[in-house]
Amino acid sequence: MATAQGDTSARTSQTKRPRRARGPATPALSPAAAHDLDLLRQMLLIRRFEERCVELYSAAAIRGFVHLYIGEEAVAVGVHQTLSEQDAVVSTYREHGHALARGVPPEAVMAEMYGKATGCSHGRGGSMHLFDAGRRFYGGNAIVGGGLPLAAGLALADRMRGDSRVTCCFFGDGAFAEGEFHETANLAALWGLPVLFVCENNLYAMGTALAREHAQTDLAMRAASYGMAAWAVDGMDVHAVEKAARGAVESIRAGNGPHFLEMRTYRFRAHSMYDPDRYRPKDEIEEWKKHDPVTGLAEGMRKAGFLDTDAQEALGHEVMEAIDRAVRAAEQAPEEPTEDLLLHVTGRHEEVPS
Amino acid sequence: MSTRTRPRAHPDDGTTTFREALREGLREALASDDRVFLMGEDVGRYGGCFGVSLGLLEEFGPDRVRDTPLSESAFVGAGIGAALAGMRPVVEIMTVNFSLLALDQILNNAATLRHMSGGQLGVPLVIRMTTGAGRQLAAQHSHSLEGWYAHIPGLRVLAPATIDDARHLLSAALTDPDPVLLFEHGSLYNAAGTLDPAVHEVDLDRAAVRRAGDDVTVVAYGGCVPKALEAAEELAGAGISAEVVDLRSLRPLDDATIVGSVRRTHRAVVVDEGWRSGSLSAEIESRICEQVFFDLDAPVERVCSAEVPIPYARRLEEAALPQPAGIVAAARRAVS
Ligand SMILES: Cc1ncc(C[n+]2csc(CCOP(=O)(O)OP(=O)(O)O)c2C)c(N)n1
Ligand SMILES: [Mg+2]
Repeated sequence: MATAQGDTSARTSQTKRPRRARGPATPALSPAAAHDLDLLRQMLLIRRFEERCVELYSAAAIRGFVHLYIGEEAVAVGVHQTLSEQDAVVSTYREHGHALARGVPPEAVMAEMYGKATGCSHGRGGSMHLFDAGRRFYGGNAIVGGGLPLAAGLALADRMRGDSRVTCCFFGDGAFAEGEFHETANLAALWGLPVLFVCENNLYAMGTALAREHAQTDLAMRAASYGMAAWAVDGMDVHAVEKAARGAVESIRAGNGPHFLEMRTYRFRAHSMYDPDRYRPKDEIEEWKKHDPVTGLAEGMRKAGFLDTDAQEALGHEVMEAIDRAVRAAEQAPEEPTEDLLLHVTGRHEEVPS
Repeated sequence: MSTRTRPRAHPDDGTTTFREALREGLREALASDDRVFLMGEDVGRYGGCFGVSLGLLEEFGPDRVRDTPLSESAFVGAGIGAALAGMRPVVEIMTVNFSLLALDQILNNAATLRHMSGGQLGVPLVIRMTTGAGRQLAAQHSHSLEGWYAHIPGLRVLAPATIDDARHLLSAALTDPDPVLLFEHGSLYNAAGTLDPAVHEVDLDRAAVRRAGDDVTVVAYGGCVPKALEAAEELAGAGISAEVVDLRSLRPLDDATIVGSVRRTHRAVVVDEGWRSGSLSAEIESRICEQVFFDLDAPVERVCSAEVPIPYARRLEEAALPQPAGIVAAARRAVS
């Protein structure tokens, strides 16, 4: 697909053989093993990318509000296995993982955080506003719930043109409280729009715990009340996520209207780099870390004989190299000159006198 | 009732920050009137998204410091309803950008109920929100939309720029029988300074002259006041005496103070972080022209944000916003 970017791509095409450690030739991987390795590569890329963001934020190389996806990687990666390049994705401000899983190159994401002209939004958007129109990645929205109606519209356009495409919309448990969600859910169900609602229920909306923001915390049940198929999924298990998303996407493509998946997940880090994280018990965080989706997958693969120490190290190495490359490229990339400030305001060049 | 005039953090020397001064104003309001309660997203356990209400939940309990779901329209509307029923709610919206989800409630209910009911109903509600750019938060977290709100009859719109105003504006706002919007510029929260022990209240109806001068009047508000003062300092070095008027109230505007100053200096620069077209700065310029046109020695200058959604990249963001250098240049043009 058009998104493949050699080995640096988060989205490795299914046909390409996964790379193994240099050294003695290893036997060809089974399809199941190859797929798992691919999942692990993508999840690890997100994890390491986010960890690098912490360092870069502390060094003031990247600024603004930065929301990390650490702990939630299985959701983005699992869901993206089931989407094609014709499908559309609408995301939130916690979207580095969604963008990388969609195949937006790490270089373009990192450069965006640096505010560079080579960023996927030309440095205009930053961490919260990653866009890639070519990959039908429609952002990067920092208004909680703001992407939901857009998803309905993207899906409506597909429906009106008779395309069998799916629009996948990520949003949080906090967003579920916004009118935007409820209005969109009703509209999508009423018109049978091909939307996959992926609610990332990480139990907190900033500092507010789920039970303190919702009278009824069974979000899937509430979504179902709009007349769409909805169920909860273990969002820490990439296989469970992929399976659920595949079922939902197939059903949507078959014309069964919107589907809703409540991904039960957890963010291991604070809400944003700005957040002192005073509102969660530390042992709760530690408890969830036992279900780390990345180490969980790796362990499963080891048990299944899909992964040995060499291969795991090689993978770690490969991912780190990709991130190093992205950082180096971002550091060296040019900034947009201030004379270009008024670009991209309207489709017509310099429409607005300043 | 609390009579403390200084935030607790610095009991001795009176030094404080804009954030703590706001908190002290909230604390005083909650302590002195049981009809007052604070509600909004993360105002309680989290302590407010910018830390303004930190500690108030522990002090006043969850009934009076209420965390709300992410439902701006619902909780702002609920604030309006509670105000109708005799409470004195203080509603916090994290930033003005998110207030657009509640715009219908603010405009179609809060601002109009008194009139539509033929004067039977009043909405004594205070809505606080952060505004402004300068922290690389990009377009959806950086806009200055207070000028829009200042367009609306039925609302009072305030923008504190100093620590004393941050401390005392809320209690004044709570005495207003109508909805008051309080805009806190995000770049001011960490501003440190000393509370004036002689100040116990602020006059909402009056703009404040923050620096006296004779050659040019610089009108600013909120986050642009420090920039205007910085520019005035630089201008002083160049022998130009600038008077800095801090609007404090964006609606109603204190025409008397503004035009009184311009009548003396004969020149005006209006600074506004809003976009220029259709902005508050345009309104102020019009009023100056309407009222003291023949006293002007130069066209009124404006320094506003560039007509672009605020970009993330640092240099672009800086270039998009009013800066002291731009104010200095405008003042020089005016006096030349
Ligand atoms: C309309 C709106 N209100 C408030 C905010 C501030 N805010 C940003 S993220 C957030 C929490 C959202 O929680 P959730 O939807 O669960 O997503 P999560 O951050 O947990 O991924 C809040 C309150 C916002 N950006 N937009
Ligand atoms: Mg959440």
